[in-house]
Amino acid sequence: MTYVDDYPGAAKLVRWHFGVAFIAFALGGVFGLLQGLYRTDYFREALPIDATQYYTVLTGHGVLLALVFTTFFICGMFVWATTRSLDRPLYSDRLAWVGFGSMFVGTALAATAILNGFAPGLPFDSADVLYTFYAPLKAHPAFYFGAALLVVGSWILGAVYFLTYREWRADNPDARIPLQTFMVLTTFIMWYVSSVGVAVEVVVFLIPWSLGWIGQVDPLLTRSLFWYFGHPVVYFWLLPGYLAWYTLLPKFAGGRLFSDPLARVVFVLFVLLSTPVGFHHQYIDPGIADGFKFIAMTNTMMLLLPSLLTAFTVVASVEHGARQRGGDGYLGWLRALPWDEPAFAGTALAGLMFAAGGFSGMINAGMNINYLIHNTIWVPGHFHLTVGTAFALTAMAVSYWLVPQLTGKPLRHRRLASIQPYVWFVGMTLMSNAMHRGGLAGLPRRTAEPVGDAGASAFDTVFSTIAEIRLQIALGATLLVVALLMFLVVMLGTWLSRPGVSALSVNGHIPEPLSGASNGPRVLDNLKLWTGIAVVLVLLAYGVPLGSMVADGILNPGASPFPV
Amino acid sequence: MEIHRFEKLWLVASLLLIAGFVATIVYGAVGAGVAMVDNSGGQVAASDPTASSDFRDPGVYQTGDGEYDVYVVARQFSFTPGSGTPIRVPEGSEVTFHIASRDVTHGFNVVGTNLNTMVIPGQVAQLTVEFDDARSYHVACNEYCGAAHHDMTGTIEVVPAEDFDESEVAEA
Ligand code: HEM
Ligand SMILES: [Cu+2]
Ligand SMILES: [Cu+2]
Repeated sequence: MTYVDDYPGAAKLVRWHFGVAFIAFALGGVFGLLQGLYRTDYFREALPIDATQYYTVLTGHGVLLALVFTTFFICGMFVWATTRSLDRPLYSDRLAWVGFGSMFVGTALAATAILNGFAPGLPFDSADVLYTFYAPLKAHPAFYFGAALLVVGSWILGAVYFLTYREWRADNPDARIPLQTFMVLTTFIMWYVSSVGVAVEVVVFLIPWSLGWIGQVDPLLTRSLFWYFGHPVVYFWLLPGYLAWYTLLPKFAGGRLFSDPLARVVFVLFVLLSTPVGFHHQYIDPGIADGFKFIAMTNTMMLLLPSLLTAFTVVASVEHGARQRGGDGYLGWLRALPWDEPAFAGTALAGLMFAAGGFSGMINAGMNINYLIHNTIWVPGHFHLTVGTAFALTAMAVSYWLVPQLTGKPLRHRRLASIQPYVWFVGMTLMSNAMHRGGLAGLPRRTAEPVGDAGASAFDTVFSTIAEIRLQIALGATLLVVALLMFLVVMLGTWLSRPGVSALSVNGHIPEPLSGASNGPRVLDNLKLWTGIAVVLVLLAYGVPLGSMVADGILNPGASPFPV
Repeated sequence: MEIHRFEKLWLVASLLLIAGFVATIVYGAVGAGVAMVDNSGGQVAASDPTASSDFRDPGVYQTGDGEYDVYVVARQFSFTPGSGTPIRVPEGSEVTFHIASRDVTHGFNVVGTNLNTMVIPGQVAQLTVEFDDARSYHVACNEYCGAAHHDMTGTIEVVPAEDFDESEVAEA
């Protein structure tokens, strides 16, 4: 029996979530190519945008990919993970559809406001504020309402996961939480704790301000609320990737997960440490005492721990799989892995790129070297390895395995699918390494014409030239979009094919870990405890600094206009 | 809970790595003297920084022997001074920048160096650097600030001490 036969209602929900996610991915990807070419001055004159519209495109790219694609994919994937691992349907499909509806309407509102930037004068005015929407840059209220509905919709889906779990708990009072459900619930605890920040920012400040009900907002306070949410959001993107690496990748490799308890420890660490670190995005912000930056820095460094542990467990599990398949030797086992299986190749390459992203992340986190790279193109170089690949490529790889089970239709265009991850990998290697090096030379991010009148000679490259860096970015961006098209062709082909033509070649069974949940202490499953500690850590890291920003006047940016 | 021997080793190595990172940063702050931009610049009125007693008219001020204060106002889409007239300081000087915005959030990045800060309305970014060599530097606004953000650039000219004209310095 495939998933769609067991849970037709949930499968339909997942399909719709994935459908919206893929449309956002397609549009966002095209925008990415426009940016990659415009910035580097390849075919700039021939592109359909000018320098001002570059920022409309960039807003669209950031919002559609980092917020819409991710949130829809994650909420859909978690519907699958919850029902599969609890082995029961959702608490309420209808409630889940309400959540989906809220996210969908929110996306439509925000996207319309953004796209209006191409044709000013339309009712929604414009929203060229980028996906970080720092006040006092102002967007049309529809943009903020859209963002709020997107977040609220995800909260509703989160409630559905928790309610489903509660029903399961009533029937299974003594059982350990199944691993995938544990991962879904911990990810959402973190999401609830952290998205409160952006909800307050948008609902209390930005919506009333964009409607003209209040005259001004404090840029530092709203920005700090954004980053209170802005770091944990990266773990919201990443943890579904971890879910796939822990629970699916070992299976794809032909083996079993090394240790279930350690996977739980890792997710608990993320619940505790993901939020009290947001100031590391504000290392070079004025108005924040350096002590708070230091606290955020140490917490950030501690956050390396769960990721380093993950690297160990995942590689060990994959090696175990390879040896099951007959691989041997110190590194020889690598050859025994199914590199021509798109689901395996995609997840494994995504994990590899995440390791590279982790290294540039350590540089970002280094409070004082951060000066050198902050807001340079280095930073997009970094996060296209993390969210742009660790998440996005894992999502594509998982889709190759999951979409057949959601539709009951075998994967089409297998050839195309099996080379697709490699095309993405090569494209990202070119684009990301060039972005990192461009950043070291001081090329700013978020800039339509970064070289400008100053000329390339104003930027000292460590080696090679600005021209070569630009070529690699343009070439990499092109390959990435080719890979994206390949993925979309496979998905559309599969989705639109007639059902029942041939048998599915995948099975949805996930083998038990080598070391099972019962080897770990029960306290790991005490979600209330971890939530409580997480909240205390957040209060410690944020109480005083946010308090002082509020104390000087909650709407007041800086000092009062008249000396008193 | 049973943890594999290799995994224990890995755990210890990871913790050492983390401690090492924190130690290098502490050393950077205490030993090498890299100070973070913080709240020591004070606050100003968001719409008109120069109206505050904490902020002076934009320009270069001498504060001591080889020491200068530079007050910069950022706005859509220029730095004053910096964009129209370059910021000029003598070689070998120690310069404290005070930078404020009068509209939206900007960035002030002296390209290729660690002189880099956000400029947030209401807050004064204050940071001190030494200019050892005579050369000119490109300044980029590295935070998106509106339609012509990419045109928001400037120049710092570090001139040989003998070419530096004291009359360029504003009255203290
Ligand atoms: C399809 C291939 C992609 C290409 C060619 C591409 C290209 C680019 C480029 C050139 C920039 C830098 C623009 C600038 O700073 O001026 C950028 C920014 C960005 N990209 Fe991508 N990208 C791609 C995929 C993705 C994916 C999959 C994600 C996330 C899931 C993503 C998230 C972002 C974000 C969040 C930004 C920053 C936006 C901002 O600064 O406001 N990109 N992208
Ligand atoms: Cu972060
Ligand atoms: Cu700017």
